[in-house]
Amino acid sequence: MSTKQFLFSGFGGQGILFAGKFLAYKGLTEEKQVSWLPSYGPEMRGGTASCSVIVSDDPVGSPIVSNPDILVAMNLPSLDRYEDSVVPGGMIFMDSTLIEREVRRKDVKVFAVPATALASENGFPTLANMILMGKILNELGEFGAEGVDAALRKVISAKHADMLEVNFKAMKIGADH
Amino acid sequence: MADKVLMKGNEAIAEAAILAGCRHYFGYPITPQTEVAAYMAKRMPKIGGTFLQAESEIAAINMVYGVASAGYRVMTSSSSPGISLKGEGLSYLAGADLPALVVNVQRGGPGLGGIQPSQSDYFQATRGGGHGDYHMIVLAPASVQEMAELTVKGFELADKYRMTSMILADGTMGQMMEPVALDLDIKPAPEKPWATRGTGMKRPHNIINSLSLVPEELEQLNLERYERYHIVEENETRFEEYMMDDAEICIAAFGIAARVSKNAINAARKEGIKVGMIRPITLWPFPKAPFLKATEHVKTFISVELSMGQMIEDVRLATECRAPVLLCNRVGGMIPSPDQVLDSIRKASKNGGND
Repeated sequence: MSTKQFLFSGFGGQGILFAGKFLAYKGLTEEKQVSWLPSYGPEMRGGTASCSVIVSDDPVGSPIVSNPDILVAMNLPSLDRYEDSVVPGGMIFMDSTLIEREVRRKDVKVFAVPATALASENGFPTLANMILMGKILNELGEFGAEGVDAALRKVISAKHADMLEVNFKAMKIGADH
Repeated sequence: MADKVLMKGNEAIAEAAILAGCRHYFGYPITPQTEVAAYMAKRMPKIGGTFLQAESEIAAINMVYGVASAGYRVMTSSSSPGISLKGEGLSYLAGADLPALVVNVQRGGPGLGGIQPSQSDYFQATRGGGHGDYHMIVLAPASVQEMAELTVKGFELADKYRMTSMILADGTMGQMMEPVALDLDIKPAPEKPWATRGTGMKRPHNIINSLSLVPEELEQLNLERYERYHIVEENETRFEEYMMDDAEICIAAFGIAARVSKNAINAARKEGIKVGMIRPITLWPFPKAPFLKATEHVKTFISVELSMGQMIEDVRLATECRAPVLLCNRVGGMIPSPDQVLDSIRKASKNGGND
């Protein structure tokens, strides 16, 4: 039995919910059980956004992730708030352009990617989320998985099909980092 | 099996309603159910249906009354404070014996409260919501798939018994996305000879009304209605049992509380604690029989709720005080964690319910 619990967190507008949705679709296309639960409180109107994603071989119980296996922190308040909640042996992926401090925890694996800077340098400043996603998939050994392509086509509507290629490119940059 | 799609619970309700033949939706926006209205606004005009954002919740429920009178499948949706506003309309629908579907995606209260998930409208839903002697069929989904399935079931039961069905969900169920298969089991709406669709000069007028000034007649209407309710209790009670065969502790939980409890039960089982769950799917009619039967081997019941303890009263009534019923809860938009539920289970296991 394998269950992975993800918590994505950052500013509203950083594509937190989109990244989570992509991952949920990836799970779905790989015939896993998945759940996706966004924060919908006042904080999403101009503050922190977060979303819980669970990908499992078994039916998902509670969709609320309070102790993530994988934390994705896209700003400092997110790291401050959720660092301690990560399970021992878990992973923290963070945007080191926006988070200047080190992770205090010694019992988790930390992957610091200057995602915002990389996104700007490559001409797609809104895709820091997918750069981090590329890194996550690479570390989980799932970057080349079939689900990646299918999931991207699900989350990006046909109207915005021109965005497919840059999203792939962003993920590749993250994976290679 | 149809392909599964990822949908929010709120969207699944809306799509399932359309699949069930609902072509009339009246609503007023309120978090956390607004996606139902948004989905309807997008889809209804494309399929020849009516989406109407009313000037208020009160107007919306009375528009529902109108369409229900004409015998068409109709719905409205809201969240807690908005449902209170609809209270009068709910009572009138019951008094006129009209079928309709009403969705409550609950948030913390009382008053305007907050916008985070809650289950504190249990009393309001299961005891009727408005004035007078009446019931609604109250369905409590615990997954996005069930949001869709119970919406269809809600229309079906409403038509069958000429009652209002209510989907009692919460902010989590409304906002979360899960895979849904939309190959739902949909039966066409039955004939409604009582509806006011025009006589065609071939029959006397049908009259839809909830006013009855002769007490002897009004008493008779109430008695007949409760005979119908009795049939609903006999035939339409739904629940799910989880690990109940050898359970000495039984959790009672619905909706999101049941999802959280499942995690706690799995963890407790690993510690060797014999715990299971009865999850009511219909909150009215309440599944009394499985709870009473469970008292044969259950020493302690725990009601896990996002309220100050509302369903616990039904669990106590159903178990006829044969075993203690404890409460494990969070309120105001907070959700019990699996650890909190696990702690309650451990305590019950140690103290045999004497905590």
